[in-house]
Amino acid sequence: MKFLQDIFEKQKPHFEKGGKWEKYYYIFEAHYTLLFAPKDVTSKKGVQIRDAVDMKRMMMTVIIALLPTLIFGIWNVGHQHFLATGQEAATILDKFAIGAYAVLPIVIVSYATGLGIEFTFATIRRHPVNEGFLVSGMLIPLIMPATIPLWQVALATAFAVIIGKEVFGGTGMNILNVALTARAFLYFAYPGDISGDNVWTYFGDSLIGMSDPVQAFSGATPLAMAAADGISSFSNFWLSDAYTFQNMFLGVIPGSIGETSTLMALIGAAILIITGVGSWRIILSVFGGAFLMGYLFNFIYDINYTGQLGTGVKVAFLVGTIILFIVNQKFIKGELKAIIGVLAGMLIFTAVMLFSGAASEFMKVPAQFHLVMGGMAFGAVYMATDPVTASHTFQGKWIYGIMIGALTVLIRVFNPAYPEGIMLAILLMNVFAPLIDIYVVKANKKRRLSRATV
Amino acid sequence: MSTETTEVQSEVKEPKKVSEPLLSKRRKQILSDPLNEDNPITVQVLGICSALAVTVKLQPTLIMSIAVIFVIVFSNLIISLMRNLIPTRVRIIVQLAVIASLVTIVSEVLKAYSYPMYKVLGAFVGLIITNCIVMGRLEAFAMGNKPYDSLLDGFGSGFGYAWIILTVAFFRELLGSGSIFNFKVFEELGIAYQANSMMVDSVGAFIILGILIWVQRYVTGYVEN
Repeated sequence: MKFLQDIFEKQKPHFEKGGKWEKYYYIFEAHYTLLFAPKDVTSKKGVQIRDAVDMKRMMMTVIIALLPTLIFGIWNVGHQHFLATGQEAATILDKFAIGAYAVLPIVIVSYATGLGIEFTFATIRRHPVNEGFLVSGMLIPLIMPATIPLWQVALATAFAVIIGKEVFGGTGMNILNVALTARAFLYFAYPGDISGDNVWTYFGDSLIGMSDPVQAFSGATPLAMAAADGISSFSNFWLSDAYTFQNMFLGVIPGSIGETSTLMALIGAAILIITGVGSWRIILSVFGGAFLMGYLFNFIYDINYTGQLGTGVKVAFLVGTIILFIVNQKFIKGELKAIIGVLAGMLIFTAVMLFSGAASEFMKVPAQFHLVMGGMAFGAVYMATDPVTASHTFQGKWIYGIMIGALTVLIRVFNPAYPEGIMLAILLMNVFAPLIDIYVVKANKKRRLSRATV
Repeated sequence: MSTETTEVQSEVKEPKKVSEPLLSKRRKQILSDPLNEDNPITVQVLGICSALAVTVKLQPTLIMSIAVIFVIVFSNLIISLMRNLIPTRVRIIVQLAVIASLVTIVSEVLKAYSYPMYKVLGAFVGLIITNCIVMGRLEAFAMGNKPYDSLLDGFGSGFGYAWIILTVAFFRELLGSGSIFNFKVFEELGIAYQANSMMVDSVGAFIILGILIWVQRYVTGYVEN
């Protein structure tokens, strides 16, 4: 690595003040600091301690955590392709080849567009290139279907970087998650290609002479099926045992490139948590919130449909919830208070549902299926934990996470137009995160003031 | 020293007030300020609702612009003419009566001569009554200025409003429907264009308006104070 550093050192004078490429200093600096930690050391004044784990190192950790989903995604695209075209005997290498042929262009387009815009803005505005796009550029392809037209990827990336980030002042200033902004843009601008009710199995194109799908291939994602008539219809898929819990956990199902596999997302979560880059509170609370909401919906369905438990249960449920809420307000302190507070809110919502007698087929879907269907795990691990747009306080993180989980299931169950809810739930909570923080900090101040004795 | 004395002398020499030229520097400014530096939509952020609602296509937007220019110019003129007669306590209701009369005229003309357009725009034309730009100009300008100045101010604000919504409509129609004034641009050019359905939603208007504000503030160096 010494020789590489020498090359950079040799070029440095050209980019510094007075050099011939002075204008492009920040582009140079971006590449240099990406490879080598800058020589900055803790200054004599001030109490901050500078260590080598700067933003770029953190972002690289996230990319490493994303690699399992990318590799699995590439394989899965190929696997789905061969399943749909009836060539199940294909070797693993074939699958990877087809997958790479479909996926890598999307990755390249995403990075090229996004980094091009980043560098342009950095040069015009004379600020250092922000590292944020290293991760966003990888996240964007992973939440795109393999069949997405490349111009749409480029358009969405440009939109996300300019409108989602640079308008607000660059990395660290954005309100919404950049990658999700890209997907939301396509979701509303070109719903035909990405809305998530049909599967996006890559059939190939004339270039490599691909064949047509097998007879009776019916394209619908588990989420769309569950929305139509509950989980019972899973067995009607053309490949009858495709949508089992195990398959959905492993991710051997059609879907966006990186998001099908809950297992790979969990491996990524482990990397993020061990390195301290991602917040375990958010990951845990998103899963917890979704599971609880799913479970509560099962409960509502059971009572409202089978009617085995009557008004007594409903009233007891409501009273118990309100007691829980009051106890929480009075006696419970710290992070637990935030958790129980949000849970009590969910329970009150459930009580309202019970009294209103609401019921839909989707409510029957067992709670654990909500965790493995669609992009739940991917969103929880890589999107919700985005340190810029998430809540910053510990209590806030619990509220933020549980709300994302609960809203995801809520949108899935009650909104027929949007099969998947995690994207909209995270974007919504992104907007609320600063508000949550404000109230957490205010409560903190109030508590400490009340202890003050002067 | 010497300049001061000459100034005093000149003042003494001409006690009679010379009438201001028809387009003096001050009056030009009244006319041009609302077009850019003090634009009713992008700087004062008024009249957003109609900018979101009517800008899906260029044609209704053009009609809407003409209607608003008409209403704003004449209401400014009328209010300015009778500004000394209006008791302050009832001025809002007088202003509303004037605007409502003018809007009714626009609405009836539209109904008589362009019924299909009336069907598209009817509700929004009626809502010009509540357009903050019109009310704002009457309150802020016409109540305290002479008729001719008010007329100019009306034109300035009206065109300031018009060019913004026409720009928004241009991009929304081009990107959302692939056409300009219902002329299918991309089809004629032989390009297969996939319409961007976000631009048909009012979300698209927000985005275009936001970009316009961004570009404008970058160019003029406007800072909120």
